[in-house]
Amino acid sequence: MSTKGKITGIISNLVMVEFDGPVSQNEICFIIHSEVRLMAEVIRIGGKTAYVQVFETTRGLKTGTIVEFTGHMLEATLGPGILSKNFDGLMHDLDKMTGIFLQKGDYTPALEDDKLWKFKPLAKPGDEVLAGSWLGEVSENWIPHKIMVPFIFKGTLTVTDVVSEGEYQINDTIAILTDTEKQEHKVTMVQKWPVKIPIKAYKEKPRPFDFMETGIRVIDSLNPIVEGGTGFIPGPFGTGKTVLQHALSKQAEADMIVVAACGERANEVVEIFTEFPELDDPRSGRKLMERTTIVANTSNMPVAAREASVYTAMTISEYYRSMGLKVLLLADSTSRWAQALREMSNRMEELPGPDAFPMDLPAIISNFYARAGFVYLNNGKTGSVTFIGTVSPAGGNLKEPVTESTKKAARCFYALSQTRADSKRYPAIDAVDSYSKYLEYPEFLEFMKKNISPKWVDNIILAKNILIRGRETYEQINILGDDGVPINYHVIFWKSEVIDFVILQQDAFDKVDASTPIKRQRYMMDKVLEVYHTDFHFDSFEDVNPYFKKIINVFKQMNYSEFESDDFKKYENELQEIIQERKKEKAEIN
Amino acid sequence: METTAFQKIYTKIEQVTKATIALHASGVGNEEMAVVNDRLAQVVKIEKDLITLQVFSGTEGIPTNAEVVFLGHAPQLSVSDELGGRFFNAYGQPIDGGPEVDGKKVEIGGPSVNPVRREQPSELITTGIAGIDLNNTLVTGQKIPFFADPDQPYNQVMAMVALRAKADKIILGGMGITNDDYLFFKNVFENAGAIERIISFVNTTENPPVERLLVPDMALTAAEYFAAEKNQNVLVLLTDMTLFADALSIVSNRMDQIPSKDSMPGSLYSDLARLYEKAVQFPSGGSITIIAVTTLSGGDITHSIPDNTGYITEGQLFLRKDTDIGKVIVDPFRSLSRLKQLVIGKKTREDHPQVMNTAIRLFADAANAKTKIENGFDLTDYDKRTMSFAKEYSEKLLAIDINIEIGKMIDTGWKLFNKYFSVAEIGIKSEFVEKYGRSIENKKN
Repeated sequence: MSTKGKITGIISNLVMVEFDGPVSQNEICFIIHSEVRLMAEVIRIGGKTAYVQVFETTRGLKTGTIVEFTGHMLEATLGPGILSKNFDGLMHDLDKMTGIFLQKGDYTPALEDDKLWKFKPLAKPGDEVLAGSWLGEVSENWIPHKIMVPFIFKGTLTVTDVVSEGEYQINDTIAILTDTEKQEHKVTMVQKWPVKIPIKAYKEKPRPFDFMETGIRVIDSLNPIVEGGTGFIPGPFGTGKTVLQHALSKQAEADMIVVAACGERANEVVEIFTEFPELDDPRSGRKLMERTTIVANTSNMPVAAREASVYTAMTISEYYRSMGLKVLLLADSTSRWAQALREMSNRMEELPGPDAFPMDLPAIISNFYARAGFVYLNNGKTGSVTFIGTVSPAGGNLKEPVTESTKKAARCFYALSQTRADSKRYPAIDAVDSYSKYLEYPEFLEFMKKNISPKWVDNIILAKNILIRGRETYEQINILGDDGVPINYHVIFWKSEVIDFVILQQDAFDKVDASTPIKRQRYMMDKVLEVYHTDFHFDSFEDVNPYFKKIINVFKQMNYSEFESDDFKKYENELQEIIQERKKEKAEIN
Repeated sequence: METTAFQKIYTKIEQVTKATIALHASGVGNEEMAVVNDRLAQVVKIEKDLITLQVFSGTEGIPTNAEVVFLGHAPQLSVSDELGGRFFNAYGQPIDGGPEVDGKKVEIGGPSVNPVRREQPSELITTGIAGIDLNNTLVTGQKIPFFADPDQPYNQVMAMVALRAKADKIILGGMGITNDDYLFFKNVFENAGAIERIISFVNTTENPPVERLLVPDMALTAAEYFAAEKNQNVLVLLTDMTLFADALSIVSNRMDQIPSKDSMPGSLYSDLARLYEKAVQFPSGGSITIIAVTTLSGGDITHSIPDNTGYITEGQLFLRKDTDIGKVIVDPFRSLSRLKQLVIGKKTREDHPQVMNTAIRLFADAANAKTKIENGFDLTDYDKRTMSFAKEYSEKLLAIDINIEIGKMIDTGWKLFNKYFSVAEIGIKSEFVEKYGRSIENKKN
């Protein structure tokens, strides 16, 4: 008999329930509100009263209403059919819901019970398997979706039987496993997993080292991220967080993208719904939607499900990682999730930490980021979850609790700058303030030297230095005046502007410029540094600005042209001519 | 009030605070409405059989034996075509002397639209103001506030935008506006001969502040009726959202909640998002566009209210007085319309985005030149040209008294580039320079 209870109190979406049997923390329960069942989660227990947060509006709820406890925590349903879906934060399929408005208690199944999948066995009777071992595969869009030994199993099991190649539904038994106690277990293509618990069906989680290309120059060329790495993007509103996240989701080199739209604008998700089915994935030639899954809890959807949405998205990512895939998880924005925690903590009258956030916020955030990573699976294959979250700091102040806690947990920091955004220098990532800790990993540096260019790492450091010097020089010019500084100061400043305009700034809405493959990035970086290494001759500081503007203009035309096309070469020649105009002869330098 | 027969009347109140009363009652639903001695109240908390009610107009003079009747439903609005041209208070009761509206009763603050059932906004809203149409183009289904200091003419600009926007319905939600402003809106709408298209829900400074909390939901419920059921394009004007948020903080304070930043409730983001997210483009063609006003104190946008608003809305519009030309302009640096990318260069001419960005960049250069003057430095020839450009740009495009069509705005942009700059200095794709800005080459360098 499952535990039952009765509502005794209601404050907004926090409901007090008097229960009659065992109840566990984070257990899911359903409130039987006239015709509908409202889902809720236990968040505190005191005496005979459980405090539950309801994932829906509590309008009209009355005391005395019956509550049924389920005996399990919030679970994700894992199996073929997740790809290309749009879920809500609790993993209900949004497309299956009827009507234009979200009706409370309209909980649709995540997967399709009646769909037939072409199953191909990978294991055979007699094989010894562990949780997460691959038993077979079905093809989901174009991803070979592995059917795995459920993660819940412990120890070594023996395969007793696997069905032969053929078409099956997700709930059909596809294998029988025997454990060490000779107990037989039937395995289907679908399994459940509590979202708040990490899936650990892998052998080892080493330090990540493999470069992950994003096509965004200010990231790849200056603050690169690795496969299985973590990064975060804090920025005041209007600095382009969302455009950046969308660019990442379109261009990043990953097998699968999971987007957690957490407490943000609904129209932003609509943009993904509308554009991704149309846009091509440059790597596979298929539509972007075919590799994307969206977990949407937009800001007007129930607040309590916001926290669940990021965990659901992470669990889906970990599930696909166990299949040996490169998964990129994007969450926009983790601040909204923290705010949801704050609202609840406030209603439960807990003593508040800084800015009224719960005291354990830093721990919650770092535990979450720790779930990302590059792993060696038990069969020797590799998989990864790369996680990039955005943070919306209150008042644009990076000293607020969510940003500070995230800074401790994430390895890449992409600071969006209000000043850059105001002067329309997009993407507004401040290349100097931002950092990538991975540039300190020798294994990653080795990898880049070998796979991109031997000079690549030196170039990154040089380019950053030029930017810093440019900034310092600019301040000097501002203090002393244009004619109060040597002409060379203007040259130093403008050389840094060339990097800014050509490498850092990128037009996310231009077909060509939006994404730059690493080969092209290397080429452009070399070109820009060639300008940097050239000594120019100027008679007056007034000549410096127009001359470099000319250089920048031609570079920009190059950025807008297809790589190595006729136009591209035409502009490149033009660039060489301009450089020659003022290039100092050897004799002049000496 | 609408009490009907056989309703249980409670007469024993246990607690009275400034804004709430508590009493023992049974069978009461959360958020249910009640009448306490003719004043409207709503259930905000239930503990066993102790029900806490928020009395909207305050508890002054409420005795412990006041009559309390529960109405059995959350706040409602009667919706029908009869709403057109009418003025209501925060409870949806007529204040224009007309009869009660006959229609379907709908609970306000209803469910949200399923995100997969939304359509991507794609219809341009033209206002004739270049600071908006050229630089910060608005789209149906968008939500955008004016961030303005109290001394700026935001209500006038908003009324102008509303009338030029060609919406099927304009719904005004006035929260804590002065009676003068209320009369201003009424006059402007009546003089424009647009009164039938306009519906107003007004809480003026003469009414109790907590009542304001109902206004946006009333306005948006009416909007949803016309947009979802009648497939109309509805424009909702909400002024002033700062006063709405202040009312939220009053309530949360009286409910003993722990305040977060700037004494605002921790749920401010969700509370505001729930309203603004009602902006939507329906697949059937109807839409709700929200233009709001958030007044700032001393231009500070880091305060919780504008800050949270900025994260929710799709951009913001700043008004600023430009001393060079002595007129109010739409500030090109701080204003932003996030949805403009959906229409500019697509529904408008293809060179629109680049002309827009270039003009703003040059305007920024002019601002730098001004800083140079302030610091006592000499100006270069380029600096001087940017400053002349900036002045003319303000006058011919940014000023809010401009009323021209978008193609003309873009042409004006080219003319100004042409007058002051060389091709290299404007740095626009050469394809566009040739196609639209050809004459520029003959002019300079």
